[in-house]
Amino acid sequence: MLTVILKRLLIAIPSLIGVVIVTFLLTRALPGDPAAYFAGPAATKEAIQEVRVKLGLDKSLPRQFMRYVADLAKGDLGQSLTTGQPVVTEIRNRLPASAELTLLGLIVSVAIAIPLGIFAAVKPNSWIDHTCRVMTTAGVSLPVFFTGLILVYVFYYLLGWAPAPLGRLDIFFSPPPPVTGFYLIDSAVAGNVETFRAALNQLFLPAVTLGIFSLAPIARMTRASMLAVLASDFVRTARASGLTPFTVVVTYAFRNAMLPVVTTLGMVFSFLLGANVLVEKVFAWPGIGSYAVEALIASDFAPVQGFVLTMAIMYVLLNLAIDVLYGVIDPRVRLEG
Amino acid sequence: MSEAALPKQGVHSSGLAATLKHARYIIGENPVTGFAFALFVLIVFAALLGPHIVPYDPLASNTAMALKPPSRAHWFGTDQLGRDVFSRVIAATRLDFIIAVFSVALVFLMGGLAGVAAGFFGGWTDRIVSRIADTIMAFPLFVLAMGIVAALGNTVQNIIIATAIVNFPLYARIARTEANVRREAGFVQAARLSGNGETRILLTQILPNIMPIMIVQMSLTMGYAILNAAGLSFIGLGVRPPDAEWGIMVAEGAAFMVSGEWWIAFFPGLVLMIAVFCFNLLGDGLRDIVDPQRRT
Repeated sequence: MLTVILKRLLIAIPSLIGVVIVTFLLTRALPGDPAAYFAGPAATKEAIQEVRVKLGLDKSLPRQFMRYVADLAKGDLGQSLTTGQPVVTEIRNRLPASAELTLLGLIVSVAIAIPLGIFAAVKPNSWIDHTCRVMTTAGVSLPVFFTGLILVYVFYYLLGWAPAPLGRLDIFFSPPPPVTGFYLIDSAVAGNVETFRAALNQLFLPAVTLGIFSLAPIARMTRASMLAVLASDFVRTARASGLTPFTVVVTYAFRNAMLPVVTTLGMVFSFLLGANVLVEKVFAWPGIGSYAVEALIASDFAPVQGFVLTMAIMYVLLNLAIDVLYGVIDPRVRLEG
Repeated sequence: MSEAALPKQGVHSSGLAATLKHARYIIGENPVTGFAFALFVLIVFAALLGPHIVPYDPLASNTAMALKPPSRAHWFGTDQLGRDVFSRVIAATRLDFIIAVFSVALVFLMGGLAGVAAGFFGGWTDRIVSRIADTIMAFPLFVLAMGIVAALGNTVQNIIIATAIVNFPLYARIARTEANVRREAGFVQAARLSGNGETRILLTQILPNIMPIMIVQMSLTMGYAILNAAGLSFIGLGVRPPDAEWGIMVAEGAAFMVSGEWWIAFFPGLVLMIAVFCFNLLGDGLRDIVDPQRRT
């Protein structure tokens, strides 16, 4: 198992190198003067020249790249112009908020999509199958920020069930003592039921928004893959041997049908991480997405670059985790490795 | 074309006639595709004539009429500056449609041609194109689009470029696979034997043959392109106020959602959703016509 993980790590390295090169190119080799970018819109000629020397932009491109990589290795992503803080610190502080939201969104969508896909496959052309089809087609057409706003209107303005869409915690609560940075886990660790409930209330709508958005590909793939597996010989044999329908569907069919579903999770994460930015904007969520959006509007490039790099690295690592998970589910993959 | 109109062609029906017959069969069997096509015509119509047929000037503000709910005079209500939301939604069709069409055309030129070349020539061309596609795929796509627009500059043109770049791997991969399987096909050998150069074969033999599949892909990605562009302008990239565009209109209305003025964000969002839905359905329908084996 360990060798499999190591092998996958080796495969991920070219992707990481590619990511670093692209983020480097995004700042340096493109039209326009990067020094002017980093110096800000109000900078004088001398200030721009100073920034140019400071950033090493007067050197050749390969040497600039070496320097960029060296800075990265030290964990230096530059400084934000608007806040004056190092980008790394801000991203580290805000990452748990985004991660908590994205993971909960994924849990919501998996919790709905997989049963839906299974039922749709077990009873083709039933009402649940039609529901599944409508949801998967509508799901890919829904702009995620629009879903979020509709949910806010219905559950906050009309029904008053949800709190105002303003961040991770109501202002009357103070955040739990940080352990993981996830408010749900931290408040549970601290044994603070009130804070836990408040945090969950704030999380609910944005997580459901993300869940609805990412539901479609998972449900569609679960249905297709379950249909294929249910038609196979070993399922017929299991049925003929008199096993209960539950055992046949869940332990025999689903375990085999899971493989393609796990593969689609990679694509789902690509969508989720992007959608996260939009959802954070709708719900004023203090994560790295809204950090990047604020920086974008202020033409503050270092945070945007740090954000793109962080997201890309996370995405590569998530794909790595999916590959490893694949090996756990399917022993055949392990044998090949 | 006149041949296609004849009802019974028998075994002699030409390729075009057969396709049309098949298309008629698909639409007859699947009215949803017909509906999507009608909707598509409506969108094109709104994109072409939109600004000329709307009841109000989409940019004219009228503070006396600000934040009025939908009524007979203002079907979709008015926004915080008293602009007619209906007129703005219709006028926005042109900009959104232009972004979608141009980005799809651009990615077809870049990704389609690069992919065909990779699949047909193999070797280094293939390695370089595949490596570029892999690198783009290593990013969450919307995030990469954000980074590209931020780096290139905050304009509509750069939104088109960014949307095209993030779709590059999809096109390159499909074109590569399709070109690869046709590499040694009979008609390619024949073209080679009659003295055509490799590049000429690529452009006159391979490319026309994979066009149907690429066109399906284009209509499937149109919806994604609009969503992507609307998402970027929702976070403040690309289109700038007061220009009408669906994403930015939703963003402008977002603040009023919590105070109950739902119509400002709702209608542009709804129309955006319908447009994307229409393109997705149309893409599925086209795929059924072009590539019946992949029907789901």
